[in-house]
Amino acid sequence: MSQQIQVSGLDAYYGRHKAIEDISMTIEPNTITAFIGPSGCGKSTFLRTLNRMHEVIPGARVEGKVLLDGEDLYGPGVEPVSVRRMIGMVFQRPNPFPTMSIYENVAAGLRLNGRRSKSEVDGIVETSLKGANLWNEVKDRLGKPGAGLSGGQQQRLCIARAIAVRPEVLLMDEPCSALDPISTLAIEDLMAELKSKFTIIIVTHNMQQAARVSDRTAFFNLAGQGQPGRVIEMDDTSRIFTNPSQKATEDYITGRFG
Amino acid sequence: MAATVHTRDGGSALGRSASRRSRGETPFRYASTGAGILLLAIMAAIAVFLVVEAIPALRANTGGFFTTQTWEPNATRPSFGIAALAFGTVFSALLALIMAVPVAVGVALFISHYAPRRLAGVLGYVVDLLAAVPSVVYGLWGITFLAPFMVGPSNFLHDHLGFIPLFGGDIVAGRSVLTASLVLAVMILPIIAAISREVFLQVPRAHEEAALALGATRWEVIRMAVLPYGRPGVISAAMLGLGRAMGETIAVALIFQATFDISLRILTPQGNSIAANIANRFGEATQTGRGALIASGLVLFVITLLVNMGARLIVARRKEFSGAAA
Repeated sequence: MSQQIQVSGLDAYYGRHKAIEDISMTIEPNTITAFIGPSGCGKSTFLRTLNRMHEVIPGARVEGKVLLDGEDLYGPGVEPVSVRRMIGMVFQRPNPFPTMSIYENVAAGLRLNGRRSKSEVDGIVETSLKGANLWNEVKDRLGKPGAGLSGGQQQRLCIARAIAVRPEVLLMDEPCSALDPISTLAIEDLMAELKSKFTIIIVTHNMQQAARVSDRTAFFNLAGQGQPGRVIEMDDTSRIFTNPSQKATEDYITGRFG
Repeated sequence: MAATVHTRDGGSALGRSASRRSRGETPFRYASTGAGILLLAIMAAIAVFLVVEAIPALRANTGGFFTTQTWEPNATRPSFGIAALAFGTVFSALLALIMAVPVAVGVALFISHYAPRRLAGVLGYVVDLLAAVPSVVYGLWGITFLAPFMVGPSNFLHDHLGFIPLFGGDIVAGRSVLTASLVLAVMILPIIAAISREVFLQVPRAHEEAALALGATRWEVIRMAVLPYGRPGVISAAMLGLGRAMGETIAVALIFQATFDISLRILTPQGNSIAANIANRFGEATQTGRGALIASGLVLFVITLLVNMGARLIVARRKEFSGAAA
Protein backbone atom coordinates (compact mmCIF):
# COMPACT_ATOMS: atom_id res chain seq x y z
CA MET A 1 0.00 0.00 0.00
CA SER A 2 2.59 2.57 1.04
CA GLN A 3 5.51 3.30 -1.16
CA GLN A 4 9.13 4.16 -0.82
CA ILE A 5 10.28 7.77 -1.14
CA GLN A 6 13.70 8.52 -2.58
CA VAL A 7 14.99 12.08 -2.58
CA SER A 8 18.16 12.97 -4.42
CA GLY A 9 20.07 16.24 -4.75
CA LEU A 10 17.14 18.40 -3.75
CA ASP A 11 17.50 22.19 -3.46
CA ALA A 12 14.65 24.56 -2.64
CA TYR A 13 14.55 28.30 -3.12
CA TYR A 14 12.48 31.25 -1.98
CA GLY A 15 13.13 33.67 -4.82
CA ARG A 16 16.92 33.91 -4.94
CA HIS A 17 17.40 32.64 -1.42
CA LYS A 18 18.41 29.01 -1.25
CA ALA A 19 16.64 27.55 1.77
CA ILE A 20 17.81 23.93 1.59
CA GLU A 21 20.65 22.36 -0.32
CA ASP A 22 21.54 18.97 -1.67
CA ILE A 23 19.20 16.82 0.35
CA SER A 24 19.17 13.11 -0.39
CA MET A 25 17.45 10.44 1.62
CA THR A 26 15.42 7.27 1.37
CA ILE A 27 12.27 6.78 3.40
CA GLU A 28 10.92 3.24 3.67
CA PRO A 29 7.21 2.48 3.53
CA ASN A 30 5.23 2.12 6.79
CA THR A 31 7.81 3.87 8.90
CA ILE A 32 7.72 7.09 10.87
CA THR A 33 10.54 9.47 10.05
CA ALA A 34 11.17 12.53 12.23
CA PHE A 35 12.90 15.70 11.08
CA ILE A 36 14.57 17.59 13.89
CA GLY A 37 16.81 20.63 13.98
CA PRO A 38 16.90 24.28 15.01
CA SER A 39 14.32 26.77 13.73
CA GLY A 40 14.87 28.06 10.22
CA CYS A 41 17.00 25.12 9.11
CA GLY A 42 14.61 24.09 6.37
CA LYS A 43 12.79 21.08 7.89
CA SER A 44 9.35 22.40 7.05
CA THR A 45 10.52 23.66 3.67
CA PHE A 46 11.82 20.20 2.84
CA LEU A 47 8.61 18.59 4.06
CA ARG A 48 6.62 20.87 1.79
CA THR A 49 8.72 19.93 -1.23
CA LEU A 50 7.59 16.33 -0.76
CA ASN A 51 3.99 17.08 -1.75
CA ARG A 52 4.75 20.06 -3.97
CA MET A 53 3.29 22.53 -1.48
CA HIS A 54 6.52 24.52 -1.49
CA GLU A 55 5.85 25.94 -4.93
CA VAL A 56 2.51 27.53 -3.99
CA ILE A 57 4.48 30.34 -2.33
CA PRO A 58 5.17 33.06 -4.92
CA GLY A 59 8.74 32.86 -6.16
CA ALA A 60 9.43 29.49 -4.57
CA ARG A 61 10.94 26.67 -6.66
CA VAL A 62 12.57 23.30 -6.30
CA GLU A 63 15.44 21.54 -8.06
CA GLY A 64 16.23 17.86 -7.73
CA LYS A 65 14.28 14.66 -7.64
CA VAL A 66 11.66 13.17 -5.37
CA LEU A 67 10.74 9.63 -6.38
CA LEU A 68 7.60 8.04 -5.01
CA ASP A 69 7.77 4.36 -5.86
CA GLY A 70 10.20 5.20 -8.64
CA GLU A 71 8.17 7.98 -10.22
CA ASP A 72 9.54 11.53 -10.10
CA LEU A 73 7.02 13.88 -8.48
CA TYR A 74 8.72 16.78 -10.26
CA GLY A 75 8.81 14.99 -13.60
CA PRO A 76 7.33 16.59 -16.70
CA GLY A 77 3.59 16.12 -16.98
CA VAL A 78 3.12 15.40 -13.27
CA GLU A 79 0.30 17.49 -11.86
CA PRO A 80 0.93 18.97 -8.40
CA VAL A 81 -2.75 18.37 -7.68
CA SER A 82 -2.42 14.62 -8.19
CA VAL A 83 0.78 14.53 -6.09
CA ARG A 84 -1.07 16.16 -3.22
CA ARG A 85 -3.86 13.62 -3.46
CA MET A 86 -1.30 10.87 -2.91
CA ILE A 87 0.65 12.66 -0.20
CA GLY A 88 -1.50 14.16 2.53
CA MET A 89 -0.49 16.89 4.93
CA VAL A 90 -1.30 17.98 8.47
CA PHE A 91 -0.28 21.48 9.46
CA GLN A 92 1.18 23.08 12.55
CA ARG A 93 -2.00 24.86 13.51
CA PRO A 94 -5.22 22.87 13.22
CA ASN A 95 -7.00 24.29 10.17
CA PRO A 96 -10.43 22.72 9.72
CA PHE A 97 -12.59 24.62 7.24
CA PRO A 98 -14.56 26.98 9.50
CA THR A 99 -17.57 27.10 7.21
CA MET A 100 -17.98 23.33 7.21
CA SER A 101 -19.38 20.87 9.70
CA ILE A 102 -17.29 18.05 11.15
CA TYR A 103 -18.75 15.69 8.56
CA GLU A 104 -18.15 18.06 5.66
CA ASN A 105 -14.57 18.64 6.76
CA VAL A 106 -13.76 14.94 6.59
CA ALA A 107 -15.62 14.55 3.32
CA ALA A 108 -14.00 17.64 1.77
CA GLY A 109 -11.22 15.74 0.02
CA LEU A 110 -13.57 13.01 -1.21
CA ARG A 111 -15.68 15.59 -3.00
CA LEU A 112 -12.63 16.56 -5.04
CA ASN A 113 -12.22 13.04 -6.33
CA GLY A 114 -15.55 12.85 -8.07
CA ARG A 115 -19.04 11.90 -7.05
CA ARG A 116 -19.67 9.11 -4.62
CA SER A 117 -22.84 7.76 -3.12
CA LYS A 118 -24.00 9.12 0.20
CA SER A 119 -23.59 5.79 1.95
CA GLU A 120 -20.06 5.40 0.64
CA VAL A 121 -19.10 8.87 1.89
CA ASP A 122 -20.78 8.13 5.22
CA GLY A 123 -18.70 4.99 5.52
CA ILE A 124 -15.41 6.72 4.71
CA VAL A 125 -16.17 9.59 7.09
CA GLU A 126 -16.80 7.09 9.87
CA THR A 127 -13.68 5.00 9.22
CA SER A 128 -11.55 8.13 8.89
CA LEU A 129 -12.84 9.59 12.14
CA LYS A 130 -12.33 6.22 13.81
CA GLY A 131 -8.86 6.08 12.30
CA ALA A 132 -8.14 9.47 13.84
CA ASN A 133 -9.52 8.34 17.23
CA LEU A 134 -12.17 11.04 17.09
CA TRP A 135 -15.31 9.08 16.23
CA ASN A 136 -16.51 8.46 19.77
CA GLU A 137 -16.16 12.12 20.67
CA VAL A 138 -18.01 13.55 17.67
CA LYS A 139 -20.37 10.85 16.37
CA ASP A 140 -23.40 12.60 17.89
CA ARG A 141 -22.57 16.03 16.47
CA LEU A 142 -21.25 15.47 12.97
CA GLY A 143 -23.35 18.40 11.74
CA LYS A 144 -21.77 20.86 14.15
CA PRO A 145 -19.01 23.20 12.97
CA GLY A 146 -15.51 21.73 12.98
CA ALA A 147 -14.14 24.96 14.40
CA GLY A 148 -16.15 24.37 17.58
CA LEU A 149 -13.95 21.46 18.69
CA SER A 150 -11.00 21.78 21.05
CA GLY A 151 -7.54 22.31 19.57
CA GLY A 152 -6.54 18.66 19.95
CA GLN A 153 -9.83 17.47 18.47
CA GLN A 154 -9.45 19.91 15.59
CA GLN A 155 -6.02 18.52 14.83
CA ARG A 156 -7.37 14.96 14.87
CA LEU A 157 -10.17 16.18 12.60
CA CYS A 158 -7.50 17.46 10.22
CA ILE A 159 -5.80 14.07 10.36
CA ALA A 160 -9.12 12.39 9.60
CA ARG A 161 -9.59 14.78 6.67
CA ALA A 162 -6.12 13.95 5.38
CA ILE A 163 -6.48 10.15 5.66
CA ALA A 164 -10.01 10.13 4.22
CA VAL A 165 -8.60 10.39 0.70
CA ARG A 166 -6.36 7.35 1.42
CA PRO A 167 -2.98 8.90 0.66
CA GLU A 168 0.22 6.86 0.49
CA VAL A 169 2.17 9.23 2.68
CA LEU A 170 1.18 11.53 5.53
CA LEU A 171 3.30 14.63 6.14
CA MET A 172 2.94 16.27 9.55
CA ASP A 173 4.42 19.70 10.11
CA GLU A 174 4.83 20.12 13.89
CA PRO A 175 1.33 18.72 14.41
CA CYS A 176 1.44 18.98 18.20
CA SER A 177 3.15 22.31 18.75
CA ALA A 178 -0.15 24.11 19.34
CA LEU A 179 -1.57 21.37 21.57
CA ASP A 180 -1.57 20.52 25.27
CA PRO A 181 0.29 17.41 26.52
CA ILE A 182 -2.80 15.17 26.65
CA SER A 183 -3.81 16.01 23.09
CA THR A 184 -0.18 15.53 22.08
CA LEU A 185 -0.19 12.06 23.56
CA ALA A 186 -3.41 11.24 21.73
CA ILE A 187 -1.84 12.25 18.42
CA GLU A 188 1.36 10.33 19.13
CA ASP A 189 -0.63 7.18 19.89
CA LEU A 190 -2.55 7.78 16.68
CA MET A 191 0.66 8.01 14.66
CA ALA A 192 1.77 4.63 15.92
CA GLU A 193 -1.53 3.16 14.71
CA LEU A 194 -1.49 4.94 11.36
CA LYS A 195 1.98 3.61 10.63
CA SER A 196 0.55 0.29 9.51
CA LYS A 197 -1.30 2.01 6.67
CA PHE A 198 0.76 5.05 5.79
CA THR A 199 4.30 6.25 5.58
CA ILE A 200 4.53 9.11 8.05
CA ILE A 201 6.99 11.98 8.09
CA ILE A 202 6.87 14.41 10.98
CA VAL A 203 8.65 17.67 11.65
CA THR A 204 9.02 18.30 15.36
CA HIS A 205 10.79 20.61 17.77
CA ASN A 206 10.13 18.21 20.59
CA MET A 207 13.00 15.76 20.79
CA GLN A 208 11.22 13.48 23.24
CA GLN A 209 8.46 13.25 20.70
CA ALA A 210 10.89 12.33 17.94
CA ALA A 211 12.44 9.71 20.20
CA ARG A 212 9.05 8.30 21.23
CA VAL A 213 7.31 7.99 17.90
CA SER A 214 9.83 7.72 15.09
CA ASP A 215 11.76 4.85 13.57
CA ARG A 216 14.22 7.03 11.72
CA THR A 217 15.42 10.55 12.49
CA ALA A 218 17.05 13.15 10.27
CA PHE A 219 18.92 16.03 11.84
CA PHE A 220 18.85 19.28 9.84
CA ASN A 221 21.16 22.21 10.41
CA LEU A 222 22.57 25.20 8.62
CA ALA A 223 26.15 26.42 8.55
CA GLY A 224 25.16 29.97 9.47
CA GLN A 225 22.67 32.79 9.05
CA GLY A 226 21.54 33.03 5.41
CA GLN A 227 23.12 29.68 4.53
CA PRO A 228 20.96 26.89 3.16
CA GLY A 229 19.89 24.09 5.50
CA ARG A 230 21.28 20.58 5.03
CA VAL A 231 20.77 17.14 6.44
CA ILE A 232 23.65 16.58 8.85
CA GLU A 233 22.79 13.04 9.76
CA MET A 234 20.04 10.53 9.26
CA ASP A 235 19.88 7.23 11.05
CA ASP A 236 17.73 4.94 13.18
CA THR A 237 16.14 7.01 15.92
CA SER A 238 17.66 4.88 18.69
CA ARG A 239 21.11 5.49 17.30
CA ILE A 240 20.64 9.24 16.76
CA PHE A 241 19.59 9.68 20.37
CA THR A 242 22.20 7.40 21.92
CA ASN A 243 25.21 7.38 19.71
CA PRO A 244 25.11 9.97 16.91
CA SER A 245 28.01 9.96 14.53
CA GLN A 246 28.17 13.74 14.17
CA LYS A 247 29.25 16.15 16.90
CA ALA A 248 26.60 18.72 15.82
CA THR A 249 23.82 16.16 16.27
CA GLU A 250 25.01 15.28 19.73
CA ASP A 251 25.26 18.95 20.69
CA TYR A 252 21.74 19.56 19.49
CA ILE A 253 20.04 16.61 21.14
CA THR A 254 21.81 17.23 24.43
CA GLY A 255 20.66 20.84 24.35
CA ARG A 256 24.03 22.47 23.94
CA PHE A 257 22.73 24.66 21.11
CA GLY A 258 19.65 25.33 19.04
CA MET B 1 -11.69 52.02 39.36
CA ALA B 2 -9.52 55.06 38.86
CA ALA B 3 -12.33 57.23 40.14
CA THR B 4 -11.43 56.40 43.75
CA VAL B 5 -8.00 57.98 43.37
CA HIS B 6 -8.15 61.67 44.21
CA THR B 7 -4.62 62.55 45.26
CA ARG B 8 -2.40 63.82 42.60
CA ASP B 9 0.67 64.39 44.75
CA GLY B 10 1.94 61.87 47.23
CA GLY B 11 -0.39 59.13 46.07
CA SER B 12 0.89 55.72 45.12
CA ALA B 13 2.65 55.29 41.80
CA LEU B 14 -0.28 53.32 40.51
CA GLY B 15 -2.71 56.03 41.62
CA ARG B 16 -0.68 58.77 39.97
CA SER B 17 -0.52 57.04 36.64
CA ALA B 18 -4.20 56.17 36.85
CA SER B 19 -5.22 59.77 37.44
CA ARG B 20 -3.01 60.96 34.63
CA ARG B 21 -4.59 58.47 32.31
CA SER B 22 -8.09 59.50 33.34
CA ARG B 23 -7.31 63.13 32.51
CA GLY B 24 -7.07 62.21 28.85
CA GLU B 25 -9.80 59.61 29.20
CA THR B 26 -12.67 61.85 30.28
CA PRO B 27 -12.64 64.43 27.45
CA PHE B 28 -12.25 61.65 24.95
CA ARG B 29 -15.17 59.76 26.39
CA TYR B 30 -17.38 62.87 26.28
CA ALA B 31 -16.25 63.69 22.77
CA SER B 32 -17.03 60.24 21.42
CA THR B 33 -20.31 59.97 23.31
CA GLY B 34 -21.22 63.43 22.04
CA ALA B 35 -20.49 62.44 18.47
CA GLY B 36 -22.70 59.40 18.85
CA ILE B 37 -25.55 61.43 20.32
CA LEU B 38 -25.19 64.11 17.63
CA LEU B 39 -25.58 61.48 14.94
CA LEU B 40 -28.74 60.13 16.53
CA ALA B 41 -30.08 63.66 16.97
CA ILE B 42 -29.51 64.48 13.29
CA MET B 43 -31.21 61.25 12.26
CA ALA B 44 -34.16 62.01 14.51
CA ALA B 45 -34.38 65.59 13.24
CA ILE B 46 -34.48 64.39 9.63
CA ALA B 47 -37.11 61.79 10.42
CA VAL B 48 -39.29 64.31 12.29
CA PHE B 49 -38.92 66.86 9.48
CA LEU B 50 -39.90 64.32 6.83
CA VAL B 51 -42.92 63.11 8.76
CA VAL B 52 -44.13 66.63 9.57
CA GLU B 53 -43.80 67.70 5.94
CA ALA B 54 -45.46 64.56 4.64
CA ILE B 55 -48.53 64.45 6.87
CA PRO B 56 -50.56 67.36 5.33
CA ALA B 57 -50.00 65.94 1.84
CA LEU B 58 -51.06 62.47 2.94
CA ARG B 59 -54.20 63.98 4.55
CA ALA B 60 -55.09 65.71 1.29
CA ASN B 61 -54.57 62.54 -0.76
CA THR B 62 -57.80 61.22 -2.20
CA GLY B 63 -56.27 57.96 -3.42
CA GLY B 64 -54.68 55.21 -1.38
CA PHE B 65 -51.04 56.09 -0.78
CA PHE B 66 -49.86 52.49 -0.99
CA THR B 67 -52.08 51.32 -3.83
CA THR B 68 -52.63 54.19 -6.28
CA GLN B 69 -50.63 54.01 -9.48
CA THR B 70 -50.64 57.69 -10.42
CA TRP B 71 -48.90 60.80 -9.17
CA GLU B 72 -51.20 63.84 -9.33
CA PRO B 73 -50.58 65.69 -6.07
CA ASN B 74 -50.84 69.10 -7.72
CA ALA B 75 -54.42 68.57 -8.93
CA THR B 76 -57.33 70.15 -7.09
CA ARG B 77 -58.23 66.68 -5.86
CA PRO B 78 -54.72 65.33 -5.20
CA SER B 79 -54.33 61.64 -5.92
CA PHE B 80 -51.01 59.91 -5.65
CA GLY B 81 -49.64 56.53 -4.61
CA ILE B 82 -46.35 54.87 -4.11
CA ALA B 83 -47.24 51.45 -5.55
CA ALA B 84 -45.73 51.74 -9.03
CA LEU B 85 -42.76 53.75 -7.82
CA ALA B 86 -41.86 51.37 -5.02
CA PHE B 87 -42.21 48.41 -7.35
CA GLY B 88 -40.05 50.09 -10.01
CA THR B 89 -37.42 50.95 -7.45
CA VAL B 90 -37.09 47.44 -6.05
CA PHE B 91 -37.49 45.73 -9.42
CA SER B 92 -34.84 47.72 -11.27
CA ALA B 93 -32.45 47.50 -8.32
CA LEU B 94 -32.89 43.73 -8.05
CA LEU B 95 -32.26 43.33 -11.79
CA ALA B 96 -29.13 45.41 -11.43
CA LEU B 97 -28.01 43.27 -8.51
CA ILE B 98 -28.55 40.03 -10.43
CA MET B 99 -26.38 41.35 -13.25
CA ALA B 100 -23.72 42.99 -11.07
CA VAL B 101 -23.02 40.42 -8.36
CA PRO B 102 -21.67 37.58 -10.52
CA VAL B 103 -19.44 39.97 -12.45
CA ALA B 104 -18.28 41.72 -9.30
CA VAL B 105 -17.47 38.46 -7.54
CA GLY B 106 -15.61 37.30 -10.65
CA VAL B 107 -13.60 40.51 -10.80
CA ALA B 108 -12.84 40.27 -7.08
CA LEU B 109 -11.70 36.64 -7.39
CA PHE B 110 -9.56 37.48 -10.39
CA ILE B 111 -7.88 40.33 -8.56
CA SER B 112 -7.42 38.42 -5.31
CA HIS B 113 -6.54 34.94 -6.59
CA TYR B 114 -5.77 34.74 -10.29
CA ALA B 115 -4.15 37.92 -11.57
CA PRO B 116 -0.40 38.45 -11.34
CA ARG B 117 0.35 40.88 -8.54
CA ARG B 118 1.09 43.89 -10.73
CA LEU B 119 -1.98 43.46 -12.91
CA ALA B 120 -4.09 42.96 -9.79
CA GLY B 121 -2.95 46.31 -8.46
CA VAL B 122 -3.79 48.13 -11.69
CA LEU B 123 -7.13 46.40 -11.98
CA GLY B 124 -8.06 47.15 -8.38
CA TYR B 125 -7.27 50.79 -9.04
CA VAL B 126 -9.45 50.87 -12.15
CA VAL B 127 -12.35 49.32 -10.24
CA ASP B 128 -12.01 51.96 -7.56
CA LEU B 129 -11.91 54.62 -10.26
CA LEU B 130 -15.18 53.31 -11.66
CA ALA B 131 -16.74 54.13 -8.29
CA ALA B 132 -15.52 57.72 -8.52
CA VAL B 133 -17.39 58.55 -11.76
CA PRO B 134 -20.27 60.95 -10.94
CA SER B 135 -23.67 59.38 -11.39
CA VAL B 136 -24.86 62.03 -13.85
CA VAL B 137 -22.09 60.88 -16.19
CA TYR B 138 -23.44 57.34 -16.00
CA GLY B 139 -26.89 58.75 -16.75
CA LEU B 140 -25.67 60.64 -19.80
CA TRP B 141 -23.77 57.60 -20.99
CA GLY B 142 -26.90 55.51 -20.49
CA ILE B 143 -29.19 57.78 -22.45
CA THR B 144 -26.85 58.79 -25.28
CA PHE B 145 -24.96 55.55 -25.84
CA LEU B 146 -26.44 52.57 -24.04
CA ALA B 147 -30.12 53.25 -24.80
CA PRO B 148 -29.65 53.35 -28.61
CA PHE B 149 -27.20 50.48 -28.39
CA MET B 150 -29.62 48.29 -26.43
CA VAL B 151 -32.30 48.44 -29.13
CA GLY B 152 -30.64 45.64 -31.09
CA PRO B 153 -30.12 43.17 -28.23
CA SER B 154 -33.55 44.03 -26.82
CA ASN B 155 -35.21 43.20 -30.12
CA PHE B 156 -33.26 39.94 -30.22
CA LEU B 157 -34.45 39.01 -26.73
CA HIS B 158 -38.00 40.02 -27.60
CA ASP B 159 -38.05 38.00 -30.81
CA HIS B 160 -36.60 34.82 -29.35
CA LEU B 161 -37.70 34.87 -25.73
CA GLY B 162 -40.80 37.03 -26.06
CA PHE B 163 -42.97 34.24 -24.67
CA ILE B 164 -41.43 34.94 -21.27
CA PRO B 165 -43.39 37.88 -19.78
CA LEU B 166 -40.11 39.55 -18.81
CA PHE B 167 -39.23 40.02 -22.48
CA GLY B 168 -42.79 40.40 -23.74
CA GLY B 169 -44.81 43.48 -24.61
CA ASP B 170 -45.77 45.31 -27.81
CA ILE B 171 -43.05 47.91 -28.30
CA VAL B 172 -39.35 47.51 -27.64
CA ALA B 173 -37.42 50.61 -26.66
CA GLY B 174 -33.88 51.57 -25.75
CA ARG B 175 -35.00 53.58 -22.74
CA SER B 176 -36.30 50.57 -20.84
CA VAL B 177 -36.04 49.03 -17.40
CA LEU B 178 -33.33 46.76 -18.78
CA THR B 179 -31.17 49.69 -19.85
CA ALA B 180 -31.66 51.49 -16.56
CA SER B 181 -30.81 48.32 -14.64
CA LEU B 182 -27.68 47.84 -16.73
CA VAL B 183 -26.53 51.34 -15.88
CA LEU B 184 -27.31 50.68 -12.23
CA ALA B 185 -25.38 47.41 -12.43
CA VAL B 186 -22.31 49.22 -13.73
CA MET B 187 -22.67 51.80 -10.99
CA ILE B 188 -22.89 49.32 -8.12
CA LEU B 189 -20.30 46.93 -9.52
CA PRO B 190 -17.25 48.76 -8.11
CA ILE B 191 -18.47 48.82 -4.52
CA ILE B 192 -19.43 45.13 -4.58
CA ALA B 193 -16.18 44.16 -6.28
CA ALA B 194 -14.05 46.25 -3.91
CA ILE B 195 -15.62 44.85 -0.74
CA SER B 196 -15.61 41.28 -2.07
CA ARG B 197 -11.94 41.63 -3.00
CA GLU B 198 -11.08 42.76 0.53
CA VAL B 199 -13.02 39.85 2.01
CA PHE B 200 -11.39 37.32 -0.31
CA LEU B 201 -7.95 38.65 0.54
CA GLN B 202 -8.70 38.08 4.21
CA VAL B 203 -9.25 34.35 3.83
CA PRO B 204 -6.63 32.80 6.10
CA ARG B 205 -3.72 31.28 4.21
CA ALA B 206 -4.11 28.19 6.41
CA HIS B 207 -7.54 27.43 4.96
CA GLU B 208 -6.33 27.75 1.39
CA GLU B 209 -3.34 25.54 2.14
CA ALA B 210 -5.62 22.98 3.75
CA ALA B 211 -7.57 22.75 0.51
CA LEU B 212 -4.42 22.69 -1.61
CA ALA B 213 -2.94 19.89 0.47
CA LEU B 214 -6.06 17.81 -0.17
CA GLY B 215 -5.28 18.08 -3.87
CA ALA B 216 -7.64 20.89 -4.76
CA THR B 217 -7.18 22.85 -7.96
CA ARG B 218 -7.27 26.61 -7.79
CA TRP B 219 -10.98 26.71 -8.57
CA GLU B 220 -11.63 24.02 -5.97
CA VAL B 221 -9.66 26.01 -3.39
CA ILE B 222 -11.89 28.97 -4.16
CA ARG B 223 -15.05 26.88 -3.89
CA MET B 224 -13.91 25.07 -0.76
CA ALA B 225 -12.21 27.77 1.27
CA VAL B 226 -12.53 31.22 -0.29
CA LEU B 227 -16.19 31.55 -1.27
CA PRO B 228 -17.68 30.04 1.91
CA TYR B 229 -15.43 32.20 4.05
CA GLY B 230 -16.25 35.31 2.05
CA ARG B 231 -19.98 34.63 1.84
CA PRO B 232 -21.16 36.98 4.61
CA GLY B 233 -18.95 39.73 3.25
CA VAL B 234 -20.23 39.27 -0.28
CA ILE B 235 -23.83 39.36 0.97
CA SER B 236 -23.13 42.58 2.85
CA ALA B 237 -21.49 44.03 -0.24
CA ALA B 238 -24.47 43.04 -2.39
CA MET B 239 -26.90 44.63 0.05
CA LEU B 240 -24.86 47.82 0.08
CA GLY B 241 -25.03 47.75 -3.70
CA LEU B 242 -28.78 47.13 -3.61
CA GLY B 243 -29.20 50.10 -1.31
CA ARG B 244 -27.23 52.26 -3.69
CA ALA B 245 -29.16 51.06 -6.70
CA MET B 246 -32.49 51.83 -5.00
CA GLY B 247 -31.37 55.27 -3.94
CA GLU B 248 -29.71 56.18 -7.23
CA THR B 249 -31.42 59.26 -8.64
CA ILE B 250 -30.07 61.21 -11.51
CA ALA B 251 -28.85 58.39 -13.76
CA VAL B 252 -32.18 56.59 -13.73
CA ALA B 253 -34.16 59.83 -13.82
CA LEU B 254 -32.57 60.44 -17.21
CA ILE B 255 -33.27 56.96 -18.56
CA PHE B 256 -36.66 55.97 -17.12
CA GLN B 257 -39.73 56.97 -19.11
CA ALA B 258 -41.49 58.02 -15.89
CA THR B 259 -44.55 55.82 -16.29
CA PHE B 260 -46.80 54.61 -13.50
CA ASP B 261 -47.48 50.97 -14.26
CA ILE B 262 -46.57 47.88 -12.33
CA SER B 263 -45.16 45.70 -15.06
CA LEU B 264 -42.56 42.96 -15.27
CA ARG B 265 -41.74 43.85 -18.88
CA ILE B 266 -38.18 45.04 -18.99
CA LEU B 267 -37.92 45.85 -22.70
CA THR B 268 -40.92 48.14 -23.15
CA PRO B 269 -40.68 51.94 -22.84
CA GLN B 270 -41.62 52.27 -19.20
CA GLY B 271 -40.19 52.37 -15.73
CA ASN B 272 -39.83 54.68 -12.78
CA SER B 273 -38.42 54.78 -9.29
CA ILE B 274 -38.99 56.75 -6.12
CA ALA B 275 -35.75 58.67 -6.39
CA ALA B 276 -36.16 59.37 -10.11
CA ASN B 277 -39.69 60.58 -9.50
CA ILE B 278 -38.50 62.97 -6.81
CA ALA B 279 -35.84 64.38 -9.12
CA ASN B 280 -38.29 64.78 -12.01
CA ARG B 281 -41.18 66.26 -10.07
CA PHE B 282 -39.61 68.43 -7.42
CA GLY B 283 -39.24 71.53 -9.57
CA GLU B 284 -42.90 71.74 -10.51
CA ALA B 285 -44.25 70.63 -7.15
CA THR B 286 -46.70 72.70 -5.12
CA GLN B 287 -46.94 72.57 -1.33
CA THR B 288 -48.88 69.30 -1.44
CA GLY B 289 -46.66 67.97 -4.22
CA ARG B 290 -43.56 68.49 -2.11
CA GLY B 291 -45.18 66.77 0.82
CA ALA B 292 -46.12 63.86 -1.40
CA LEU B 293 -42.56 63.52 -2.67
CA ILE B 294 -41.23 63.65 0.86
CA ALA B 295 -43.64 60.89 1.84
CA SER B 296 -42.29 58.80 -1.02
CA GLY B 297 -38.76 59.50 0.24
CA LEU B 298 -39.80 58.13 3.62
CA VAL B 299 -40.97 54.95 1.94
CA LEU B 300 -37.62 54.61 0.17
CA PHE B 301 -35.92 55.06 3.52
CA VAL B 302 -38.01 52.28 5.06
CA ILE B 303 -37.36 49.93 2.11
CA THR B 304 -33.61 50.49 2.40
CA LEU B 305 -33.82 49.83 6.12
CA LEU B 306 -35.68 46.56 5.54
CA VAL B 307 -33.11 45.46 2.98
CA ASN B 308 -30.29 46.09 5.42
CA MET B 309 -32.05 44.21 8.20
CA GLY B 310 -32.68 41.32 5.83
CA ALA B 311 -28.99 41.21 4.96
CA ARG B 312 -28.04 41.12 8.61
CA LEU B 313 -30.42 38.24 9.18
CA ILE B 314 -28.90 36.27 6.32
CA VAL B 315 -25.38 36.90 7.59
CA ALA B 316 -26.29 35.99 11.17
CA ARG B 317 -28.13 32.81 10.25
CA ARG B 318 -25.00 30.70 9.87
CA LYS B 319 -22.85 32.58 12.32
CA GLU B 320 -21.40 29.49 13.99
CA PHE B 321 -20.04 28.48 10.61
CA SER B 322 -18.73 31.93 9.79
CA GLY B 323 -15.11 31.31 10.69
CA ALA B 324 -15.10 34.17 13.15
CA ALA B 325 -14.19 31.70 15.88
CA ALA B 326 -11.19 30.25 14.05
